[in-house]
Amino acid sequence: MFDLTPEEWTAVALSLRIALVATVVALPFGVAVAWLLARKNFWGKALLDGIVHLPLVLPPVVTGYLLLIWFGRKGAIGSFLDEYFGIVFSFRWTGAALACGVMAFPLLVRAIRLSFEAIDRRLEDAASTLGANGFWTFATVTLPLALPGVIAGMVLCFAKALGEFGATITFVSNIPGETQTISAAIYTLTQVPGGDAAALRLVVIAIVIALAALIASEYFARRAGMRYHGD
Amino acid sequence: MIAVDVEKRLGEFSIAAKFETSAGATALFGPSGSGKTSIVNMIAGLVRPDRGRIALDNTVLFDSAAKIDVAAHQRRIGYVFQEGRLFPHLTVAQNLDYGRWMSGLPADAAERERIVALLDIGALLPRRPGKLSGGERQRVAFGRALLMKPRLLLLDEPLASLDRARKLEILPFLARLRDEAKVPMIYVSHQAGEIQRLCSQVVRLEDGRVEAAGGLELLGAPETTH
Repeated sequence: MFDLTPEEWTAVALSLRIALVATVVALPFGVAVAWLLARKNFWGKALLDGIVHLPLVLPPVVTGYLLLIWFGRKGAIGSFLDEYFGIVFSFRWTGAALACGVMAFPLLVRAIRLSFEAIDRRLEDAASTLGANGFWTFATVTLPLALPGVIAGMVLCFAKALGEFGATITFVSNIPGETQTISAAIYTLTQVPGGDAAALRLVVIAIVIALAALIASEYFARRAGMRYHGD
Repeated sequence: MIAVDVEKRLGEFSIAAKFETSAGATALFGPSGSGKTSIVNMIAGLVRPDRGRIALDNTVLFDSAAKIDVAAHQRRIGYVFQEGRLFPHLTVAQNLDYGRWMSGLPADAAERERIVALLDIGALLPRRPGKLSGGERQRVAFGRALLMKPRLLLLDEPLASLDRARKLEILPFLARLRDEAKVPMIYVSHQAGEIQRLCSQVVRLEDGRVEAAGGLELLGAPETTH
């Protein structure tokens, strides 16, 4: 059953890499946006909230197409990044990571924002009377207390990125070894005669990875939670 | 010496309070809702007055006319809250050291030992606040506020959340703090008994205004400790 062909292994490894990079790169942006939405009132806040959540409700193919228009080689942002930083997204695994990150971003922000909102603000006041400025209050009180939510958000983001299909295939296509993730490989296998066995193998792998991620997140969240209540 | 002259609108309620004190321990005395906590929050820098001036010794902490507003984290004013507000993710020892770290003070092992002994919290150091009793938590909160070497200590009904037995356990510590720590205190309470034990000056508040300021005679009829 787990006798995967090299091509299938490539798809699995690529999926993991894309999901991991998407999560790690999205994290600082996710924390920043979550903090803004949880703590600040500013003009356009509802708009920002809406834009962040848009990938959750838009058809993935729309998100993928917009990425293609903006981040493709001829796109406004894509051509700029290519020319000045040598970063190319179109038809590369980096583009798949971008698509996965964008699609998973709402889940990441949501989880972190909720945990920021659940923190007792009075603890932050206490920190400031003890001499902590805004940055240190955030680093030593807000963020550690929000850690279970941050971890939960990262795992959700990772799992979502792992399973992303629509936006990725629209933006960077389905190129074996470059942009063909587990989902794309399964899709390809179901389109060819005799591909069922291979598709099923990848399905099992997808389930195992997703389940492991969820169990890991539960474990970390529980451990972090225990630190506050145990002695 | 601390001089307070502040005005603040909070919805329907408004505060306009002016007082000065140089006593070792001054009570802000008044019924719930008389503005005691809001005034203390303004002194700490957690709430910004609409107008007025707050000065501690020779330092102006807030002056609306001169546009001075020293940030809370730069005021060096220790604050013991009603509910302790210990950091749940840090141990008692880390809670105690937090103010020293954040204020960039050098380690002072002798002073730390002295305060830990004074408050009798040595056995609690490795534990986390979650499992401490209410009285233990408040004692740690006193220690945390003292160890940042404050210029002034604000105590906002620090005994209010405790039962009678715990209050009696903590009152002697507070009296020792007042006598040994040599930090001026502002003690917020509506319990005349606590104030009689600790304070020599009283600022009596009513509906956001200073109704009277003076000695312990302002507490009214003698009362026993609650």
